[in-house]
Amino acid sequence: MPSTKIGLLTIVLIAVSSLEGTGPRQLEAASSEPRPPRSEGLDAWQQVYAVLTHPRCINCHTAGNYPQQGDDRHRHLLNVVRGPAGKGVPALQCGTCHQAANADTTGVPGGHGWHLAPLSMKWQDTNDRILSSSAVCSAVTDRSKNGDRDGAALLKHNEEEPLVLWAFNPGRRVDGSLRTSPPITHDQFVAATRRWVEAGMPCPQQ
Amino acid sequence: METYKVTVNGQQKEVSADPGTPLLWVLREELKMTGTKYGCGIAACGACTVHVDGVATRSCVVPVSLVGNRSVETIEAMANDPVGRIVQNAWVDQDVVQCGYCQSGQIMSAVALLKSIRKPTDKDIEESMGGNLCRCGTYVRIRAAIKAAAGELE
Repeated sequence: MPSTKIGLLTIVLIAVSSLEGTGPRQLEAASSEPRPPRSEGLDAWQQVYAVLTHPRCINCHTAGNYPQQGDDRHRHLLNVVRGPAGKGVPALQCGTCHQAANADTTGVPGGHGWHLAPLSMKWQDTNDRILSSSAVCSAVTDRSKNGDRDGAALLKHNEEEPLVLWAFNPGRRVDGSLRTSPPITHDQFVAATRRWVEAGMPCPQQ
Repeated sequence: METYKVTVNGQQKEVSADPGTPLLWVLREELKMTGTKYGCGIAACGACTVHVDGVATRSCVVPVSLVGNRSVETIEAMANDPVGRIVQNAWVDQDVVQCGYCQSGQIMSAVALLKSIRKPTDKDIEESMGGNLCRCGTYVRIRAAIKAAAGELE
């Protein structure tokens, strides 16, 4: 019920410029290992996709003017809106409630730089339906949408971005119970991302 | 219990509190600054709004341990704040207040809005003030007062 239970989580999964077939040069150059087969890359992507579409991640990758809350992904209470920079509006910012760390005594999640992902990184449609694995993969690997990140930047982002890390340590609800986390650990998420990048970031067919 | 140094309205205060204690209760119970009100306790009404480093903040959900070195401003400081003073005067001129319980939070949010947008549109006002509830329904006068204050700030 409290608005503050769920916040403005952003896991901006950042990827490489091109679709299947163009691997991250930095990673390739640094590795003497042969590129993993496409099928292995696709398997790794499905693990990544399972994380991206978990409520702790996708609740802030909306297609509209508001974030979502809770495992049922309902619209954020309290008239919270996106605002011009994805951080709310002047007197109702994300930081109005969400601090740099979880506030477990009051049930408000928090992490450094709490904000919504940009609309270019929406992973659901305007009816709040989660996009397909193929569609999310296409968005994530489109440099015009992902902040012009390459594969190495994607991997670094998933390893280090505070709000990515938050998803795996999302704190407690106001009733004291733990929020749910993505289906794999952060280490497994990073390993899957690395494997997918090394495989050339293949995307599933439509 | 831990000891925290909190800067409130320009003055550093030392308080002893459990790390999870909301800033609201440090203000009201420890520092006896009762201008900031307890409404819902879950950030749903805005009555407890203060500024933390200039950001309108719901003090009922922010543990004192997360305030850190940031500066806290409360309704008690608004009479000496250039924008706060203008907003308070507009509130009086427009006779905004009915019961008054939510108005500390309303004014703190209005000041935050006007410090960011000097001439807010109706949409700006509705979005920024949308998290501040008033059981008396003074919203129309609040909007008029914000517009009047914006006129004074031009």
